[in-house]
Amino acid sequence: MRLYEQTAADLSRMLQSREVSSVEVVRSFLERINEVDPHLRAFITQTPVMALDSAGEIDARRTRGETLHPLAGVPVAVKDNISTMDLRTTCASRILENYIPPFDATVISVIKKAGMPILGKTNLDEFAMGSSTENSAFYPTRNPWDPERVPGGSSGGSAVAVATGMAPLALGSDTGGSIRQPASLCGVTGLRPTYGRISRYGLVAFASSLDQIGTVSTTALDGALLMNLVAGYDPLDSTSLPDQIPDYPTGLEPDLKKLRVGLIRYGRMEGFDPQVSEAVNRAASLLEEHGAEVGEVSLPLTDYGLSAYYLIAPSEASSNLGRYDGVRYGFCSDGDSIEAMFSRTRGEGFGPEVKRRIMIGTYALSAGYYDAYYLKAMKVRTLIRCDYEQAFNKFDLLLGAASPTPAFKLGEKTEDPLQMYLSDVCNITDSLAGVPSLAVPGGFSSGGLPIGLQLTARPMQEKLLLKAARFFEEQRQPALLRPKLEYLEGGGSNEI
Amino acid sequence: MPVDFGKEVDYVARLARLSLEPGEKERMAGQLSEILETARRIQELDTTGVEPTSHVTELPAVLREDRIKPSLPLNRALQNAPRREKGFVKVPRITASEQTEE
Repeated sequence: MRLYEQTAADLSRMLQSREVSSVEVVRSFLERINEVDPHLRAFITQTPVMALDSAGEIDARRTRGETLHPLAGVPVAVKDNISTMDLRTTCASRILENYIPPFDATVISVIKKAGMPILGKTNLDEFAMGSSTENSAFYPTRNPWDPERVPGGSSGGSAVAVATGMAPLALGSDTGGSIRQPASLCGVTGLRPTYGRISRYGLVAFASSLDQIGTVSTTALDGALLMNLVAGYDPLDSTSLPDQIPDYPTGLEPDLKKLRVGLIRYGRMEGFDPQVSEAVNRAASLLEEHGAEVGEVSLPLTDYGLSAYYLIAPSEASSNLGRYDGVRYGFCSDGDSIEAMFSRTRGEGFGPEVKRRIMIGTYALSAGYYDAYYLKAMKVRTLIRCDYEQAFNKFDLLLGAASPTPAFKLGEKTEDPLQMYLSDVCNITDSLAGVPSLAVPGGFSSGGLPIGLQLTARPMQEKLLLKAARFFEEQRQPALLRPKLEYLEGGGSNEI
Repeated sequence: MPVDFGKEVDYVARLARLSLEPGEKERMAGQLSEILETARRIQELDTTGVEPTSHVTELPAVLREDRIKPSLPLNRALQNAPRREKGFVKVPRITASEQTEE
């Protein structure tokens, strides 16, 4: 087994026992990136020199006998909407193509302090707006299970990097499904924690009441290890939760006795693949066989959730993206007046989907429409939260699908924004309610594409989600899912 | 009832300070009408007496002591400004012509 095939937990153990050095580990992932990334394009910026420097430093500290963080020397990939000091942070947008942050996001500070080498910045839909990573202003990322298909989005680059062994761990962000849906389409585990559980300081804002940083990993334990590092209170984020964090990696052994699981019924939702429903039902039976009490739960407002989300998120986006005016940072166009300069900068700097959302949001917030659109959507959000409160009176865990279909073809939905929005229908209400939610592999379609389950719990119950993810991991063979990258040169020799 | 966004595009684009090409405008008008029609489905729900949720955390407003802390040095704060001069950002003329009618 090569180093890039190992889980973060195994790498951590091998590093601590000095079986391997961090430089060796990082070299293995960098070689893997060189081999795979030209075909799939998960990265916007690769940082091999920085990663090797940081690995060398950790090796030296270990040799000196310093006490290090368990993840010290284990590399990580970072979504390119998370600010990294002196390292280009583009949000996959022309408007930030040359933006160099003068500060680190809090999650980056803690990663650096723990000694995790950063392998690079991963591709996304521009400003995290999208469900396929096709809205990147630079290039789309491809799905490793079938390169003619999308990896999901917006954290498509992070999901692909982890799925193919280009990184053992990655950070993503999830506003309305942007970690869970790509994790589902790429066959990895993606956790969106409770809103406020991980600091948003330095995450480039899209929709502030919904944005949440989270983890992408191959196993639940790896996700738990990264959560242990990045979760917790941050005085720099006023929406950061002050609650103590548990030790996520300990006691992950699943105990399902008497666990009350609510199976989500989607009804006859448009565009829902029956193979996905079957996978969810299979997962419910497995839980039941192992002692869980499974009942049906209805979240009747799921359809309305999508409508409310596509008013609330664009409204917040139109306000947040007001800052891109070509004055303090980013792309700048010409104009005789300041207004002409602003308008041309934004018109030329933003891509079509970002413009659509700015337009919807500006409209929904404008005089005469505010009450009917934005205010109404915020009231519907309250009703959705009530739905969840009722569901959690009866159940500890909700089980559903992380995406209505397996990966779709590149270009299939780019001309029809509404169809693209529907890709997030399973993920959005969890986001509106602010509850933690996780995607974990739950089988394959007849065409060999991964199908993702979605697990949802009460606020702060990330550990329960990780335990349940661990359960499904133990049920599958092999536990580590890896795509056969037969389309790479050399065919089967690249199988991992 | 369909939402006709065609008439609104210019007005909303101006509010958003977004210059759109003619072809872009037409395409967007059609797409936005469709999106808003779906979004309007929330009107079917009765929300009488329901408080709006603008935020999901129950946290009170977070205040800190009003004390001066180190901040970014000027050159760092301006390092990304596309046009700058003598420690300032540069923009096109903001005020109208100085010649005013007496």
